[in-house]
Amino acid sequence: MLLRLPSRMRFARSRSGFRPRNRGVELRHDESALKNWIARVAFGRPRAGFRPQASGVEMRDLARELERFHWRLAVCAAGVLFLFFALMLRFFYLQVLQHDYYMTLAEANRISMVPVAPNRGLILDRNGVVLAHNYSAYTLEISPKEAGPLDTLLDELGQVVDIAPRDRKRFRKLMEEHRELDNVPIRTRLTDEEVARFSVNRYRFPGVQINARLFRHYPNGELASHVIGYIGRISEKELAELERRGVASNYRGADYIGKTGLEGRYEAELHGIAGVEEVETDAGGRAVRTLRTTPPLAGNNLHLALDLRTQDIAEKAFTGRRGALVAIEPATGGVIALVSRPGYDPNLFVEGIDPQNWDTLNTSTDKPLNNRALQGVYPPGSTFKPFMALAGLELGKRRPDYAISDPGYFVLPGVNRPWRDWKKGGHGTVDLHKSIVISCDTYYYGLAQELGIDNIYRFIGQFGLGKATGVDISGESTGVLPSPEWKMRRFKQKWYGGDTISVGIGQGYNLTTPIQLAFATAILANHGIVYRPHLVRQVEDLQTSERRTIEAQPYSSFSLSDENIARVRNAMVDVNKPGGTAAQAFRGAEYSVAGKTGTAQVVGMKQGEKYDESKIAERFRDHALYIAYAPAENPKLALAILVENGGHGGSAAAPIARQVFDYFLTGKEPAPPKPQEEAPEEPEHD
Amino acid sequence: MINKFFGFFVRHIDPFLITVVALLLSIGMVVLYSASGQNFSRVGGQLVNMGVAVTVMWVAANIPPQHMARLALPVYVVGVALLVGVALFGEVSNGARRWLHIGVTRIQPSEIMKIGVPLTLAWYFDRYEAILKLKDFAIGAIVLAIPVAFIVKQPDLGTALLVTSAGFFVIFLAGLSWKILIGIGAIVLASLPVLWGMMHDYQRQRVLTMLDPSQDPLGSGYHTIQSTIAMGSGGLFGKGWLNGTQARLDFLPERTTDFVFAVYSEEFGLFGNIILIILFVLVIGRGLYIAANASVLFSRLLAGAVTLTFFTYAFVNMGMVSGVLPVVGVPLPLISYGGTSLVTLLFGIGILMSIHTHKRLVKG
Repeated sequence: MLLRLPSRMRFARSRSGFRPRNRGVELRHDESALKNWIARVAFGRPRAGFRPQASGVEMRDLARELERFHWRLAVCAAGVLFLFFALMLRFFYLQVLQHDYYMTLAEANRISMVPVAPNRGLILDRNGVVLAHNYSAYTLEISPKEAGPLDTLLDELGQVVDIAPRDRKRFRKLMEEHRELDNVPIRTRLTDEEVARFSVNRYRFPGVQINARLFRHYPNGELASHVIGYIGRISEKELAELERRGVASNYRGADYIGKTGLEGRYEAELHGIAGVEEVETDAGGRAVRTLRTTPPLAGNNLHLALDLRTQDIAEKAFTGRRGALVAIEPATGGVIALVSRPGYDPNLFVEGIDPQNWDTLNTSTDKPLNNRALQGVYPPGSTFKPFMALAGLELGKRRPDYAISDPGYFVLPGVNRPWRDWKKGGHGTVDLHKSIVISCDTYYYGLAQELGIDNIYRFIGQFGLGKATGVDISGESTGVLPSPEWKMRRFKQKWYGGDTISVGIGQGYNLTTPIQLAFATAILANHGIVYRPHLVRQVEDLQTSERRTIEAQPYSSFSLSDENIARVRNAMVDVNKPGGTAAQAFRGAEYSVAGKTGTAQVVGMKQGEKYDESKIAERFRDHALYIAYAPAENPKLALAILVENGGHGGSAAAPIARQVFDYFLTGKEPAPPKPQEEAPEEPEHD
Repeated sequence: MINKFFGFFVRHIDPFLITVVALLLSIGMVVLYSASGQNFSRVGGQLVNMGVAVTVMWVAANIPPQHMARLALPVYVVGVALLVGVALFGEVSNGARRWLHIGVTRIQPSEIMKIGVPLTLAWYFDRYEAILKLKDFAIGAIVLAIPVAFIVKQPDLGTALLVTSAGFFVIFLAGLSWKILIGIGAIVLASLPVLWGMMHDYQRQRVLTMLDPSQDPLGSGYHTIQSTIAMGSGGLFGKGWLNGTQARLDFLPERTTDFVFAVYSEEFGLFGNIILIILFVLVIGRGLYIAANASVLFSRLLAGAVTLTFFTYAFVNMGMVSGVLPVVGVPLPLISYGGTSLVTLLFGIGILMSIHTHKRLVKG
C-alpha cells in the first residue's frame, strides 16, 4: 500500500509541474539532500518503520521535498524581515515622529502640581490680642472617588480610630456639599496614637489618608463672634463665584473660605496666595520627590480698632439679655466694640458644623446667628430726639429758650386723634434742654410738624440714619429714615401730615440699626465730621511688613454750629444726672457723659391704651435703647445700645454703657454682678 | 586533558548562537536591574534562572535529534495528560487555571507543549516524508488542536498563540499546499462576520478593546497606553539607563516581565531597539540556516519551527508593547524576567545546537 502511494504522488506532482528544475540553487540542494538521504539510509533510523527504498524516482522526490522546504523557509525569512521592518517603522513613528507628543505625556504622567494652601492671615485686636489664628493638626480624610462603599469603610475605620456618631453625621453632611475630587474629612485633630494606629492599618483603607492641615481657631470662643465671623468649607456656589472672579486657581488646595464677619469681608486679604509644589509622582499618585517649590504667601494680618477687653466687658454686661452694642471712636470711626448677643462659637464651623449644632443655632428663637448690631432694625425711639433738637436749632425753628406748655398730648389741627406724651398730664413747661433731659414727646410732635418731613429727612439723613453705614462687615440692613418719596416707593401712598408727627419721636416709619445709631452719635460727638465706621484699622502685609491704614481720612463732613451742638450736648449730659432718664446708671461717674435713652415699641399700641409692662410677655416688651458719648467735652467713645425687650433705656441699656465707659475711659473693671433692681422712682419711660 | 574536558562541554555548543544569546541575556540583566528598581535580589533570581536554563540548553544540545524524535510521542502524551490534569485539578491564580501541583513543586504543562507540539509534528511528518497526504496534515492539525484547546480554556492566550504558531510552522514547512492554506484563511475570514453576529454585546466589547486599547484607558488599555508613552518618550537614543521615568515611577505595569521591552525602549530609544532587533535577526537567521542545512526532515521541521516560534515571541511581544498588537501574555525572548519561559526558550536554542552539531558529527 505504501509502495503505491508515492507513485500517485509523483504523478500528481509531475502533472502540475510544481517547480522548474533547472535552477542552480536547486541543484546544490539536491546534492546535499542526496547526501543526507544516503547518510540516513546508511545509518538507518530506529523505529522509523518501513522506508521506501532508494531509487532515482524516490531521490528526485525527496529532492523536491527539500526544495520546497527551502522555498518555504525563504518565505518565512522574508516574512520575518518584513514584519521586523514593519515594527521598526512603528518604532520610528513612536520614537521619532511622535516623540515630542509622548514626551509631554510622560512628563504629565510624572509631574503633578500640588497646590499648597497659604497660611491665613491673623486677626488681632488693637492691642495685638489674637482673635483668629491657625494651628496644624492631622485629619483623617476620605477620597470618595477612590474609596469603596462608605458605610462599611466607616465601620472598619471605626475600629482603628474613634469615629463618633457626630463625626459620621458631619461627614454625611459634608459629602452632600463636597466638591468633586475633594477629600472629605471624617475625623480631625487625630491624636498621635491614632495617627500611628491608622498608619499601621493604612493598607486596608485605599482612598483614606492622613493629612496635616491648618485649622482656623478662634481662641476666645463666643467673644466677638459676630465681628470675626467664621470660615467654612468652600461650597459649589462659592467656587463658581471664585471662578467668575478668576481667582479659583488661588483656592486650589484650600478647603476653606471666609463666610461671614471679617473673615468673609476681608477674605481677599486674609487668604494669601497659594503656592505650588512640582512633585514627581508615581503611577499611584504618591509623591516621590519634590522638584520645585513656589512657597505660598501667607495672607495679610488684620489689626482691628476693636478693643477685646472692652468688647468682653460689653458682652458680659449683656448676660442673660439679647441685644446689640456698637461703640465707635469718634475721632477715627474705629469700632471699639461691636456686640450682638447672643453669639455663637465660631470654632463650630471651622471643621464643618455638625447637623445637631447647626439645628440648635438655626432654630433657636434667640437667633444667635443674627448680627443684631448690623442687621437688626428697630425704631430709634427717643434717641432720635437730640438730632431733632439740633435740626430745630440749626434750621431756626427753635430757639433754646422757647418753651411749650405740655398738656400731655399734641393735637394736629384737623385731626381728631391726639398724639399722647408718654407721661399722662404732661411735663409742664418744657424748653429744649428739658425736652431732652426728661424726654418730652409733646415738644417733638410740634417741632416735627414745624420742621416738616423733608427738612427732617435732609438734616438727620446727614447723620447716616436710614442708610448702610459702610462698616467693613457685610450684611448691614439699611433701615428707614422716612420721606414722602420713600413712602410712595414703598407703599404707593402719599405722605400725610400726621405721618410726620410720630417721626419726631423716633417712631412711625423710623427704623435704624444699632450701628447706625452709634454712627450718628459719633458724628454728633465729632461735630459733623464723618468717619466711616470700620473694624479693621490696619492691614499688615506680611511680605513687606507694611501696614495699610483703613479709613484714615474723614469720609465727609457737614457744618454744625458749635453753639447749637453745645446746647444739645449739655442737655444730653443732664440726661445722666439726677432728674435725667439715665441718672441711676451714671451715679458717681468720674467723667461726664452725653446720652439719651429711648424705647422702641414692639407691639403697636392703640392711642390711649395703657402700656402695662407687667402684663406683657417678655417677648413683647419694648426694646430699651441708649446712645451716648463720653467724655462729653472731648469724646473718646460714642456708642449705641439696644436691649431687646429690655423695657426702659435708662434701666436696661444705660448700665451697660456705664460699664463700657468706665473701663474704656478709666480702666475700671466692672464690679462682680449683683442682682439689680429696677428703679421705678426715676422718670424712666422717656 | 583539560582540552578534552573543555571539548566535552562545548562539543555541541554553536559558538555563533551562544554569543548572540549571551548578548541578549546580558541586555536582559541590564534592563532587569533598571526595571526592577535596582533590585539585586530580582537580578540574582534571574541569574539562577539563567543557570538552570543554560544547563537545560546544554543538555538539549547534547541529545542527538534521533533521540529527540524517539521522545516526541511520549512527551506529547504526557503533556496532554498533564493538561487534562490541569483542567481537572489545576490551581487557579490570576483568574486562570494554569498550574498543576506535582509533589513538591508546581508546573505549567502548557509550557511543555511549546516544544512538545512541534516535536511531535516534526516526528509525525518525518515518518511519512515524501508521501504526505492531506490526511496526514489533518492528523497534524488534530495533534495541534488538542493541546491548544486545553490551553485556550485555561485561559492562556499567549501560550496558546505560541503553541499554535509552533505547530503551524511545522505544518507550513512540511509543505501543506498553498491552495489549502489560502482556502482555510478564506474560510476563517468569511466566518468572522458570522461569529461576530453570534457574539453577545459584552463579548464584542471585549474584542473591540483588545483591538483598540484606547477605548478602555484605565482597564486593559492602560498597559498599552503607558508602554507607548514609555517608548515614544524614549526618542532616538532613550533617556539613559535607570532614567526611564515611566518605568521608575510605576506607570508601566509588568515592567520586568511582559512589558520589559517598554523599559528597554524608554531608556535606550530607537537606537537600542534596532540593536535588539538585529540580535534577534541574528538568532533567527542562524536558526533558519541550521534548519536549511539539517540532514533529515525531522530536524529541518523542528529547527524551522523552533526558530520561527522564537520570532513569534519577539514579534508579538514588541508588537503589543508598541501598541500594534493586542495584549497577550508573551514575554520578550531572553530579556523578560521569568524562569519558565527562559528554560523553554533556551531548550529550543539547545535543540538548534543539537541539530546543527550532530549533523556535523554525522558528516565527519
